[in-house]
Amino acid sequence: MEEIWNGLIRAAMLIATLNPQVVEITTRSLFISLSSAFFAAVICIPLGGFIEFRCFWGKGTLINAIHTLYSLPTVTVGLMVFLLISRSGPLGSLGLLFSPAGMILGQTILVSPIMTGLTITALAAVSPQIKDTAKSLGATEMQIIVTVIKEARSGVMAAVILGFGRALSEVGVAMMIGGNIRGYTRVLTTSIALETSMGNLELSMALGIILISISLVINLLLNRIRGRWI
Amino acid sequence: MSGKMIKISLLLMVLAVLCSATNGERLKLATTTSLQDTGLLDLIKEKFDAKYNVSLDVVSGGTGIAIQYGERGDVDALIVHDKVRELKFIADGQGLERRCIAYNYFVVVGPKDDPAGVKGMNATQAFTAIMAKGKADPTKVKFVSRGDNSGTQAREILLWKKAGFNYTLVNNSGPWYIDSGQGMGATLNIANEKQAYTLSDISTFMAYQGNLSLVSLIGGGNDLLNVYVAMAVNPKKHPNVNCALANEFINYLVSNEGQDLIASYGKEKYGKALFSAARGNCTLIGCSDGECASPTNASCATA
Repeated sequence: MEEIWNGLIRAAMLIATLNPQVVEITTRSLFISLSSAFFAAVICIPLGGFIEFRCFWGKGTLINAIHTLYSLPTVTVGLMVFLLISRSGPLGSLGLLFSPAGMILGQTILVSPIMTGLTITALAAVSPQIKDTAKSLGATEMQIIVTVIKEARSGVMAAVILGFGRALSEVGVAMMIGGNIRGYTRVLTTSIALETSMGNLELSMALGIILISISLVINLLLNRIRGRWI
Repeated sequence: MSGKMIKISLLLMVLAVLCSATNGERLKLATTTSLQDTGLLDLIKEKFDAKYNVSLDVVSGGTGIAIQYGERGDVDALIVHDKVRELKFIADGQGLERRCIAYNYFVVVGPKDDPAGVKGMNATQAFTAIMAKGKADPTKVKFVSRGDNSGTQAREILLWKKAGFNYTLVNNSGPWYIDSGQGMGATLNIANEKQAYTLSDISTFMAYQGNLSLVSLIGGGNDLLNVYVAMAVNPKKHPNVNCALANEFINYLVSNEGQDLIASYGKEKYGKALFSAARGNCTLIGCSDGECASPTNASCATA
């Protein structure tokens, strides 16, 4: 149990001395996960809007499917994307495997179900009166969607924050698609897995604490943004 | 904190990541955990990157997935240690040529008090004893297997076969046999925790020894010989691979500089080198002169 306390001290030292390897993997983790969350948000928030507001055959089934995908294991997503972008796969000519770009693709796919599904949930919770009022004031379909999304912005923001958190903390995709290559695709989570398997428990604990601290800082930032909008 | 500051910080992060990227070529190498965990490849990467101004990207996993990566054209070269699969890789036209670069021995490691009494036996006798005593009393005698389709596991299966046992039966014969499904380092940690026997390459064992209470009980002999072989992926099957750089890398490994690096790695830290160079020991390790410590000039033609 002293590993936890020692891990805290080690984490403080690594941060204070700005250990170059830790800075490198932390920066890379943030770059990849923030990019994934960003791309997923750009795709999934409008997508969630369209699914929620349109009536189409199979809508209920689609929403159920999205909820089911919340439980998709990260290694399974990693494996599917691996088969997709491997040289022998359909998108092989892009050469994305074992690169940060491939990892961003993988994590974007990983967090899309959560972002889409929670956006749908957030929009569904908005009072239908808002939609009716906007319509009666002459809004186009796009304008209605945007109005309702603005009403639901708190819930939508929560979806984005959760998506980012999942991307930052996952190992399966990062390991399979990135390959944990030192100096190129190694990130915080794959480093934690590696150091643990090597028996360097203190360092592993320290990296975990750093990851949580980063997450805390990012969330404080995002909440400030949320605060300014509301 | 305004939106502007956030945008600036994001931009800085992007720049930071981009600046850490290499400006030169990348060579993707798939290798085994038993080679990577010792840190030898980190040193080779340092020297090779500096000498050729490229980046050696090492992806490590079991020999099983390393061969898969090679067959899919996802890497440019492999370093593995399972002769049967290497020969198949070449015969299938997936690889260019085998080059033996290093060797060491597997060791049977176990708890200090040696509950199965294997010290002094040879490998096959030891395995027989461990299974017999393990089945009789799994609380005292246990064996941890890699269980991950690696080169080390291939050797373990071979030893069971040589001892006269059907591996499927061994695998399922009781709680004495623990299947870790992980790399060498992780498997040693499990064996340490459970005070069990396991088969390890000596280099990983020496590198981890400081953290373990296990001791080496049986080592050496032809049965436990462990030869590391480098192969470039065949550009005829995968035209995208960086064949020229892969050949340069293999030639670096067999050059005097590379062989010296391999032969001396670990001496300072562990008092004894973790690997032996293939150079000068070709007959001992069963590699023909052509395959052993001699440069390759295999053609990189894609047609």
